[in-house]
Amino acid sequence: MNLLALQRTMASAVMQPLTHSENMSSIAPNGECMKKYAARFIKPNGRLTSFERLEIYNRQYWWRVLESLAADFPGLQAILGNRRFEDLSRAYLVEHPSHSFTMRNLGSDLKGWLEKNPKWAGSRQNMALDMIRLEWADIEAFDGAREEPLKLEDVARSDGANLRLRLQPYVRLLDLRYPVDKLLLKVKDLNEDSEVSSNTFRERRKRKQVLAAAKLKPARIFLAVHRVDNSVYFRRLDVNEYGLLFAIQNGKDLGRAVTDCFGKKAPTSDLDLAQVTAWFRNWTSFGWFCAGARKRLSR
Amino acid sequence: MPANSFNGFTNYGIGIGLRSPHFHHILTRKPVVDWFEIISENFMIDGGRPLRILDQILEQYRVVQHGVSMYFGSAEKPNREHLRRLKELVRRTKTPWLSDHLCWGSVDGRYTHDLLPMPYTFEAARKTARKVREVRDFLEVPIAVENVSSYAEFHVSEMTEWEFLNEVVERADCGILLDVNNIYVSSRNHSFDPMTYVESVPAGRVAQIHIAGHSKYEKYILDTHDHPVIDPVWKLYERSIERAGHTATLLEWDDSIPSFKEVHDEALKANRFLARRVLARAV
Repeated sequence: MNLLALQRTMASAVMQPLTHSENMSSIAPNGECMKKYAARFIKPNGRLTSFERLEIYNRQYWWRVLESLAADFPGLQAILGNRRFEDLSRAYLVEHPSHSFTMRNLGSDLKGWLEKNPKWAGSRQNMALDMIRLEWADIEAFDGAREEPLKLEDVARSDGANLRLRLQPYVRLLDLRYPVDKLLLKVKDLNEDSEVSSNTFRERRKRKQVLAAAKLKPARIFLAVHRVDNSVYFRRLDVNEYGLLFAIQNGKDLGRAVTDCFGKKAPTSDLDLAQVTAWFRNWTSFGWFCAGARKRLSR
Repeated sequence: MPANSFNGFTNYGIGIGLRSPHFHHILTRKPVVDWFEIISENFMIDGGRPLRILDQILEQYRVVQHGVSMYFGSAEKPNREHLRRLKELVRRTKTPWLSDHLCWGSVDGRYTHDLLPMPYTFEAARKTARKVREVRDFLEVPIAVENVSSYAEFHVSEMTEWEFLNEVVERADCGILLDVNNIYVSSRNHSFDPMTYVESVPAGRVAQIHIAGHSKYEKYILDTHDHPVIDPVWKLYERSIERAGHTATLLEWDDSIPSFKEVHDEALKANRFLARRVLARAV
């Protein structure tokens, strides 16, 4: 057996799901008996059979990736409950094993996968999808690139209508059907509280999380997921504020973005203008616009 | 022979792994530590808190990069995105050498995120050495390969683990990160004499030494990095530095991580053996 063949043979077995009792499957990836499959390439020793030696790696793989996904999606776990979340995780990871050198990207296909496989979230599909979007945005906002931010004076100096701004790469905008931001913050708080707690407390915490998710009613919200001093924050946005930022993020110049946001009629009233000005003041104070737009500004 | 071309002719002393539970202590108390080892993959990102902390650490301490997913032994070519990001980090840290494991963990683009054991064949040694050379040429920094703990052996193997290690490092002309805990763990799992392994390693290629703790189970030992170093592992360490000289040494503690002081004190126990060696040479 050459190197590539051996690695394919072993990886297929290692990445095959464990049984519900967390043992290696008795059936190999190619359908043959796993004992025979393992014995073909792994030596037994005086204490362990080939099957048992392979099983050590099979278990370590699954425990590692399941733990990583659970750490990245505690909100989804709260919505689905532990058992359902674990079943979903296994099914997802079978179809979407890691294709990255870092486990940070393990959940990158989760939203798309769940959209195609709604049975894993059942009646909580929409809430689950919203939570996945928020938790993935949280990950991206945490370690996304930050470019030199633009100041309010830079924006004010420019030719307004043709100005084309860019949002910082770490800023994520979300249009959600459920107020999952509050649920996620609650889950994180409870998890932090229980880091040094007893099993009883942890069980109570899980029940609290599931109950909180059960009470969540649909309510459309708009969010910016961003960072301040390297900490991630969720900021609720007004519908027009979201629309304007969304248009800017999608490359529209300021004039077009404002038209998209307010309809064909630009915000000519004092109230609207004051509102847009206040938004820009806030956004620039957070450093959301990139200096990369400077070239266009000076044109 | 403390400094050699495989560790960039440095003499770094005793370090510990940089781990997040200790960030606050390190940044506020600024303890005296010879050097920190970072897991490269944790910092191969575009921005945010981890890079900010790394920059603060770099202002005050020497840092060496240690990777967990280069997979020198994987049959596939190196991942270009991985290499690009790793090179960016090498520029940032100015690591004098870079280490990763003598193992495989990915195939056909799928990653297990584990350190899987190599079949000890000449084909594997040839391909692994070629990959080490490619990575070194791209990164332009000395490379040291680390022996891993293993729980399985293959029928196709044509040599012992230490013979395989020697075959790879001679072909690649690279350094060795000698993990004496891993030697001990594998020796118990595969019933060989760990001292034979230590005696067989080309001492002039040892760029760095790892020490760590492990967990015993009924039928095997797992490399868990969650306990202090045990005496048999210290004995392997002692013999390693007798052969290789006063080599950069690092304690790994990755799970159930105790206080910074406890981890650092455990690492500094290596000084006993280093001092004993100096005295022995003086007599």
